[in-house]
Amino acid sequence: MRTLLLLLSFFAVAATAGENQILLKDRPGKNQVVGQCAICHSLDYITMNTKIQDRAGWEKTVDKMINVMGAPIDDADKQIIIDYLAQNYGK
Amino acid sequence: MVDRREFIKKAASILSGFGGLSLLQQSGLAAAAGAEESTVIDALPNKGAMIKKTYRPPNYETPVNYFDAPFTPNNLFFVRYHNAVIPEVKTAEWRLRIGGDAINTPLELTLEQLRKDFKPVEIAALCLCSGNRRGLFQPPVPGVQWGSGAMGNARWRGVRLKDVLAGAGIEKSALEVSLDGADSGVLKITPDFVKSLPLAKALDENTLIAFEMNGEPLPHWNGFPARLIIPGWTATYWMKHLTAVNVISRPFDGYWMKTAYRIPKASFPSGRFSSQETGTAMPITEMVVNSLITNLVDGQTLPAAKSMEIKGVAWDSGNGIAQVEVSTDGGVSWYQATLKQDYGRFSWRQWHHVFEPKHLGEYRIIARATSHSGASQPLEPIPNPSGYHHNAVQKITIQLA
Repeated sequence: MRTLLLLLSFFAVAATAGENQILLKDRPGKNQVVGQCAICHSLDYITMNTKIQDRAGWEKTVDKMINVMGAPIDDADKQIIIDYLAQNYGK
Repeated sequence: MVDRREFIKKAASILSGFGGLSLLQQSGLAAAAGAEESTVIDALPNKGAMIKKTYRPPNYETPVNYFDAPFTPNNLFFVRYHNAVIPEVKTAEWRLRIGGDAINTPLELTLEQLRKDFKPVEIAALCLCSGNRRGLFQPPVPGVQWGSGAMGNARWRGVRLKDVLAGAGIEKSALEVSLDGADSGVLKITPDFVKSLPLAKALDENTLIAFEMNGEPLPHWNGFPARLIIPGWTATYWMKHLTAVNVISRPFDGYWMKTAYRIPKASFPSGRFSSQETGTAMPITEMVVNSLITNLVDGQTLPAAKSMEIKGVAWDSGNGIAQVEVSTDGGVSWYQATLKQDYGRFSWRQWHHVFEPKHLGEYRIIARATSHSGASQPLEPIPNPSGYHHNAVQKITIQLA
């Protein structure tokens, strides 16, 4: 399933190539963030919101992505992703 | 075909040749209050170089200096999507389906039928993203960190939605009209971008299904082959790549109506949408009175001249602009700007003010618009959870040297 989703995301990426130049901070959790978030959207959604939200804010965002948008993120990855976003892109 | 990167490089060098790039960069930086990212200039296929906010789904804003023209060029008109799957619609395959439980006879129309069977109408109207200038809110609000360029003024040509719906027969139970476009999420489960309008707004004589903007077919990124035009209301209702219009007897309860694009009821003097309101919240509807200075950038140093011109645009939800006042001393004294040609009450209104500088150094410039309803811009934006309706007066400081 995940491979299929990743393939889908690369298919969508093809339309707007510039997003490959977005570099997230190279810290633990980055692989989960790239693997999950980039299924549906480019990662500038994260960098654009740098220092705008605290941990609670990022937690709310990730919850929305899972519960409203249907992101297929399990509980373990969810914690890793929230930690990564709060530590590297939180306020 | 021109290589994409090469094209962007060219576009950037053309812009910098006119001094446009520094303006671009400054306006972009001013927009990104909390972000670390610097401004990225990029061009979508068949669009010009614009300020990229996100690549996928694509969100691009128009550099403010292009707002000096009465109508915004199609290839520089802002782009805003919520979901990333955006099919390139083929005219021959495209159909508009009219249905819903409060429609008597469901219809399926081709573009050709829409063009031939209904009376053509053209309206000049401002298309304005609800979250335009979100990036200027302090404290910052999460979401697309728009600067001032998520808007554009165009001449929209199409047919009245009410004429099209009349052919399908609206039943007495009709309450709302829901709108869907061809775009969708990457995952099937992601809520499709579907909006609804109160029946009366859908049947308003100014609500159009448009196929042309500024005399040309809609660009792909602005809704080809047909989109809805709701003059006076924010762009969230202006459904692109329109595929379905359903007349329904119950409030539409999708995410994009029930949860997103909502404002606190008490905060704004707004057009009502009673079937979607709760005790405290309602959908965003009408635009609020607003203005923008288009030829100056905060922090800019200019060579002193005998006379200096301040240019801009002003708009509201369709009452029309009564006056624009300009101050060059931070609000101590005010002058009436000259309003330029009136293209109709839903178009923005260009204005300008010429002043003779009496000294070198700092000038604190403010512009404030007032509509025919008497509403005018506040000094500070009205806080709301999603950062909509930023209509505070602009305060720009320039130096004359």
